[in-house]
Amino acid sequence: MSAAGTGPGSGREPSQLYAELIKGVWKENPIFVQVLGMCPALAVTNTALNGVAMGTATLFVLACSSLLISLLRNLIPKQVRISTFIIVIATFVTVADFTLQAVAPAVHRELGAFISLIVVNCLILGRQEAFASKHPVHLAVADAIGMGAGFTLALTSLGSLREILGKGSLFGFPLFGDSFQPWVIMILPPGGFLMLGMMLLAFAWFKEKRQKALLRLDEEAA
Amino acid sequence: MSDVTKGPASEPRASGLPETPRLVLTLALAGLLSGLAIVGIYRFTLPVIRANQARALQAAVFEVLPGAERMQRAVWRDGELLAAPGEATGGDAEAAVYAGYKADGTLVGYAIPAAGAGYQDTIRLIYGYDPATRRIVGMVVLESRETPGLGDRIFKDPDFVAQWRDLAVEPPLELVKGGATEPNQVDAITGATISSRSVVKIIRSANAEWLDRLPAADAAPALVEDAAPASGEQRGGPVPGGRLE
Amino acid sequence: MGQLVGIFIGAMLVNNFTLAYFLGLCPFFGVTGRLVTAFRLGLANIFVMLITSLAAWLLETFVLVHAPYLRLIAFIVVIASTVQFVEMFIKKVSPALFRALGIFLPLITTNCAILALALFQTSRAYGLVQGLVFAFGAGCGLTLALVLMAGLREEAELSDVPSLIRGTAMNLLVAGLLSLAFMGFAGLFGASS
Repeated sequence: MSAAGTGPGSGREPSQLYAELIKGVWKENPIFVQVLGMCPALAVTNTALNGVAMGTATLFVLACSSLLISLLRNLIPKQVRISTFIIVIATFVTVADFTLQAVAPAVHRELGAFISLIVVNCLILGRQEAFASKHPVHLAVADAIGMGAGFTLALTSLGSLREILGKGSLFGFPLFGDSFQPWVIMILPPGGFLMLGMMLLAFAWFKEKRQKALLRLDEEAA
Repeated sequence: MSDVTKGPASEPRASGLPETPRLVLTLALAGLLSGLAIVGIYRFTLPVIRANQARALQAAVFEVLPGAERMQRAVWRDGELLAAPGEATGGDAEAAVYAGYKADGTLVGYAIPAAGAGYQDTIRLIYGYDPATRRIVGMVVLESRETPGLGDRIFKDPDFVAQWRDLAVEPPLELVKGGATEPNQVDAITGATISSRSVVKIIRSANAEWLDRLPAADAAPALVEDAAPASGEQRGGPVPGGRLE
Repeated sequence: MGQLVGIFIGAMLVNNFTLAYFLGLCPFFGVTGRLVTAFRLGLANIFVMLITSLAAWLLETFVLVHAPYLRLIAFIVVIASTVQFVEMFIKKVSPALFRALGIFLPLITTNCAILALALFQTSRAYGLVQGLVFAFGAGCGLTLALVLMAGLREEAELSDVPSLIRGTAMNLLVAGLLSLAFMGFAGLFGASS
């Protein structure tokens, strides 16, 4: 990654920063596209709030880890880089765990062991290996924030859908009134798999429709 | 800014240290800094976490012992129930109950924490026992991972929860379906028999362990006056990894 | 003895690590293209889990009771080292297997199932034997899920599946159905946790 053109006013810089930031949100969304970090995505999305909380915690760990590892990227020897990454990530996860326990004990109880499991979220280790250890700090942090935001978006949307169907509420607010029979399976493990599968199916379907429409426009223009 | 294009493929040999000690040093340093950071955040958040836990415990104790306004921890030691107010317990803590008192120091009853296997995972609960009437006077589920909509009705179903306001402990608690007729019977939740049975089993086993140890008001451990009202210390303190407390 | 059976069945079937707890999904979706590879990875996981269970129990009993806040980092370091050793061991003993598993062997480190095993074992305060039985059950359950998924995916490759569904979406739906099926094991042998 050449550092040429990183000074202010270089013209390339702002758009590259933006590109790194934005790619994680949709085009390279960790859950929907890269299929990374699936374990928490399915386990703690039984409600929208849990999804948001887990996504935010992951974003925090990812951003801090990327920041530190990018800063130290030239000091970490190649042979022990994975172990070092893991130590850094585990430290921030512990920080996040204690902080959450102090600030929001109810959410911490809901998320349970999965906060600790952030440390083995392949997304975080993957970004360190693929990006943060090879790019300057500002890009690494942008990448981390983008990926974390995309991750949070995916978890929140999945959690919301599961909560709406499985409990009839959103963020704890009941939506449908007493006569609503919740589709309980949605907040149970099979529901996680099924709902995400259906979401991916929906995305693929829309993508295909869009491509067909674009193809038709091209043909008509020709 | 200098052109720092060294990718991870080229190792920075310029430091002058031979390979292996450098690797070890890096890891050791990383481990040390990590350890320091962790200890730091632990110390920093410990007071808040302990306060949260104490508050939650106090709320639960007062919920299962209606009328209690003060509480105090008590442990069973050498064949005697002794007051152990605010005693910090590290590691393997002795089992404790929480005695509830009215503001004037009269014993209301004991809140007994208990845990055991539920349908899905461990259920942790606390229940109130009045030695004067020898009845259970309340039950609160502290932690459970039971099936939402079914097993979680052990704390969400008001009828199930209400039964625990007045249950006889002799003969031992019994789970029944279709309506309780005796004072020691607990009506199971429809569709959540296993969760209901787990709750009953947990409390029966806690009864077997504790009831004989809990004296009535005249022989109860006295309320130590300088004990703060929220003097319930959880053992071990907060830990990552979700260790059940 | 009955309790041990309950723990084993619980870990393998009732609360299958993959289909009920959502653990070990990276290999579940990543390495289940071929049945044979999936099976071998499952076996490697069982091995790592047993060693991790032992190491976690030792750590917890002798070290971590004094410093519980170091639990997470200690466990993850142990797991990373164990996987490193297993990798070297397999490379020496069976280079063919080593090549077949490829990148997925080091990925066992980030297999949340291993870390979760250590954490669950600790929070449920299992003794040494209980922990090992738990690890064996969990590993078998993981292997079972991997093998089932791989078998189904191999079948699906030969079937007339619409191209829209092919890929991750299909895998997720299949996993959902498997998970649904496994819910039927609830209450088996009185096993829960």
